[in-house]
Amino acid sequence: MKIQTLTLNAALSAALLLAGTAQAVEFNQVDTAKSSLAFSSKQMGVPVPGSFKRFTTQIAFDPAKPTAASTTLEIDLASIDAGSKDANDEVVGKQWFNVKAFPTAKFVSTGVKALGGNRFEAVGKMTIKGQTRDVVAPFTFKQDGASGVFDGGFVLKRMDYNIGEGPWADVSAVANEIEIKFHVVANAAKK
Amino acid sequence: MNTTPQRYSGPAIAAHWLIAALILVAFPLGVYMHELPLSPNKLKLYSYHKWIGITVLLLFVPRILWRLTHRPPAPLPMPAWQHRIAEGTHHLLYLLMFLVPLSGWLMSSAKGFQVVYFGVLPLPDLIGKSEELGDLFKEVHEALNWGLLLLVGLHVAGALKHVIIDKDGTLRRMLPFGK
Repeated sequence: MKIQTLTLNAALSAALLLAGTAQAVEFNQVDTAKSSLAFSSKQMGVPVPGSFKRFTTQIAFDPAKPTAASTTLEIDLASIDAGSKDANDEVVGKQWFNVKAFPTAKFVSTGVKALGGNRFEAVGKMTIKGQTRDVVAPFTFKQDGASGVFDGGFVLKRMDYNIGEGPWADVSAVANEIEIKFHVVANAAKK
Repeated sequence: MNTTPQRYSGPAIAAHWLIAALILVAFPLGVYMHELPLSPNKLKLYSYHKWIGITVLLLFVPRILWRLTHRPPAPLPMPAWQHRIAEGTHHLLYLLMFLVPLSGWLMSSAKGFQVVYFGVLPLPDLIGKSEELGDLFKEVHEALNWGLLLLVGLHVAGALKHVIIDKDGTLRRMLPFGK
């Protein structure tokens, strides 16, 4: 009798668990400490890695309803690490990000598309240094327990935003294409 | 059969003047560029300097192999101490031909800038990025270069002494079109 009850309980719990995973789960609690925003520029053919230390991002993503997803990203441009002290001093200046006049860069999604499997694509508007451009950022989504892990990237053309003016507009020294890579960990909403 | 040649061999002469020319460009370029404020021009000059240095390093390998397997001409009559200085200078020059570009490569790796030969061929980083090691190899690269300048000066002064004072054929043996 006892054993039967236990089995029944186990079956019930399993059913509940299954129902739980099938239910819509929205990942919207970004874990900033586990997330990162990196980029790679090319200087005379040399890949130079860099990153932004401070950024805030909001995500609302339900893998069952990706088209309803949305995200915003705001980057504190002064938190840049461009690979060397010289470069860090240079890129906050007027010809590059002009951080005094434009302290942040912003991305606001306008839509998310499912590309099949765990692949998706965020479309939106990126604003840097007063210039707004359309951006398409493919990414993958992986569920890791209660966390959702988003990995993606896209190529940003720095001249679209006047990042690097004057002599720095010379794309043979610093290439126009900057590879952006993001890694965002977001937890499912607490009920 | 036992006669030693009167002149350096063609490959030895070619390697000598080619590497001399590369060093004569890379050295002043290095002195000039490192003081410049960051600019696209500076990035370009640094790359040219690194490409020249790697070229010296690459040419050094066949040069030293050729030297080890081919006999140079016997020294012309001169006091033994002069011959010892000349030989010592040659050995140290060979050593620096290898160590100067190598220290530059190490410095570039430690500073976090991979060397990409001619902007297309990425060379492996010899060590990981490290501020301390970057500063250390900067000092080493600089010190070795001042040593190189001293030795090249001694080497050239010796060659000129043979031309102007001794009026012997020492320099002619290394000239590309001499007899």
